[in-house]
Amino acid sequence: MRRKRLALAAVCVALVVLCSMPVFSAKKVTITYGNFSAGSDNEPTLNAMKAAFEKANPDIEVKLQSTGFGEYFRLLQTQVAGGTAPDCYELNYENFVAFAAKNALADLSPLAKAAGLSFSGYDASALDAFKYKGKQFGVPGSYSVVLLFYNKDLFDQAKAAYPGDKWTWKDVIEAGKKIRALGDDTFGIIQTVQFWEFYKTIAQNGGSLFNADRTKFTVNSPENVEALQYMVDKIIKYNIEPTQAQKSNQGEWDMFASGKVGMLITGNWAFTFMKDKCKFKWDIAVEPGNKQKACHFFSNGYAINRSSKKQQEAMRWIAWLASSTESSMLRLDAGWETPPVSDKSVIDAYIAERPPDNRKAVFDSLKYLVTPPVIEQFSEMAEVVDLQLQKARDGEKTPKQALDDAQRELEQKIRL
Amino acid sequence: MYIGKGRKRKVTITAFLAPTVAGFLLFSLIPIARSFCLSFTSWDILQPAEWVGLENYKALLGSEEFWRVMKNTGEYIVLYIPLMLISSLALAALLNRKFAGVDVYKVLFFLPVLTSWVAGSLIWRWILNHKYGLVNILLGHIGIAGPAWLDDKYWAMPGVVLASAWKDAGFFALIFLGALKGINQEYYEAAEIDGASAWRKFRHITLPLISPTTFFVAVTSVINSFQVFAQVQIMTYGGPAGATQVIMERIYKYAFQFFKMGYASALSWVLFVIVLVITLIQWRLQKRWVFYDS
Repeated sequence: MRRKRLALAAVCVALVVLCSMPVFSAKKVTITYGNFSAGSDNEPTLNAMKAAFEKANPDIEVKLQSTGFGEYFRLLQTQVAGGTAPDCYELNYENFVAFAAKNALADLSPLAKAAGLSFSGYDASALDAFKYKGKQFGVPGSYSVVLLFYNKDLFDQAKAAYPGDKWTWKDVIEAGKKIRALGDDTFGIIQTVQFWEFYKTIAQNGGSLFNADRTKFTVNSPENVEALQYMVDKIIKYNIEPTQAQKSNQGEWDMFASGKVGMLITGNWAFTFMKDKCKFKWDIAVEPGNKQKACHFFSNGYAINRSSKKQQEAMRWIAWLASSTESSMLRLDAGWETPPVSDKSVIDAYIAERPPDNRKAVFDSLKYLVTPPVIEQFSEMAEVVDLQLQKARDGEKTPKQALDDAQRELEQKIRL
Repeated sequence: MYIGKGRKRKVTITAFLAPTVAGFLLFSLIPIARSFCLSFTSWDILQPAEWVGLENYKALLGSEEFWRVMKNTGEYIVLYIPLMLISSLALAALLNRKFAGVDVYKVLFFLPVLTSWVAGSLIWRWILNHKYGLVNILLGHIGIAGPAWLDDKYWAMPGVVLASAWKDAGFFALIFLGALKGINQEYYEAAEIDGASAWRKFRHITLPLISPTTFFVAVTSVINSFQVFAQVQIMTYGGPAGATQVIMERIYKYAFQFFKMGYASALSWVLFVIVLVITLIQWRLQKRWVFYDS
């Protein structure tokens, strides 16, 4: 009995030794890549990117770990804490800052240097967004901006002039009234009153959530109150924008695509949807401002896990994914956001696509970009502000009251 | 089943119990104990926990938000418990009669219990839709302009309560049905001879004799109501303007969205103490109205 066991143990040891010898193990290095933005729409695109990369880099195999946006960051946070995080992963801008602040990411500069890669091919503003305390902890993978979408047919019917670069809030309200007059069920605009729209709209009015060095909240400043008044007036005073009850659970994109809404503020990620669903002529313009223009800038970037043992290989993959012409073109063909490269041929190809005609507005918007106001307790802050915005939206509080209450609660709850 | 004698018997029993005990220790008892320790710390998962003493408890008891969500949870309970008790008892009384196809009805009323909350909530969102919803269309036929339900701060919670009663009534009706079937028919016959009306029979025979079941249903459903979560999360997401934020929803948000595990643990323990106290009160009060016939 004992002898049998010994023999078995010996065989096992021999096998282990054999397998770990270079001759018997695969030469390929397998890296894992966590991601969320492909979703089901762009999963084939991501698979094509992986295949193209592996063909060009036969020594690396990429294992995709795809998760939906709703679960992704919870999962990733737990994986990082448990030491089972992917070697590299996709992060949106807000979470990039959170992960960098919590010391979870690897500094990319030395890795890029060792791999003979440079950061020069990226769009400068997109690249800067992924620096934290002066160090490059991520590279931008894609970006998106928010624009004014408009229904040309409704503008024609209402005999209103199409939105132009000089437009301000006043023009939005004027055109909105004309379109609203077309029918009981026809609305001028949908913008929605919520945190993300709020921090941009106040920027259009010269306002901000914090003072310049971010030591104090300034949520209830006069500029901000005025901006919220504008957002609420569209709904309550002029009713050119539907109330919650008038929306009755219908999606905003669906309402616009059904031809009942003149203008819609939403991102360029809606292009594919609108192209498929809109049975009328539509176009886009840079969003109108008030005292100045301000446009949303959202970016997803790629970062490498600090405790990964395969950082070199991971660096080659994310650099290829982010900035190679091959992956940029795959991204463009799929209409999957905008590649963050400065390569003119890529940009020209993006602008030449139709619809919408005025694709140039995507790049024009970059001149006025505002990034999300990221702080450590970001989602908590967003929730506090959102709650008060909803009270103003439903006419329960005046904009001034709502923002005063938000200011008080933020000061109580959040350390800046 | 024969499971041996002496030491062998002990080994067998232990072996059979081990998976359950291990699961209970690993997934219930140890996490519960840890959450108690965590409630005295500040922990964001990625960085090591920091001891903060009673800070979390002080902060939550001193925040407006905590009292607001407790008020919302209370509103839910006050609306839900009577509605659920009455509707499940009525269902049970109905199913206690003998008519053709009664078993089919039993299954139909029990179906919502088996339905997932996700599907149920999504359907109720449409049933309660302001313009196109079934409820408001029906109300329209009798000349009542229905409210905006989930988009209205006063009607959102009643909307959630309606959906919850729909989902749970079938389950509790089954328990009540068991109790009704257990009542000795001789009591009713005796009462009929004395000329008692249907209401008096119900009030003085049925209600007292099923009171242990009513007590059980009341205690468990109050405990469950304090933990109302899925339907709120899906139907209203705590809105509009926080009108349906309840305590479980806060625990979830703080733990898995804001990553304040210490604060979320403190909230859980406060919830535990509240539920414990209320259950003890119910236990004491049962002497006044629950009759165990022995």
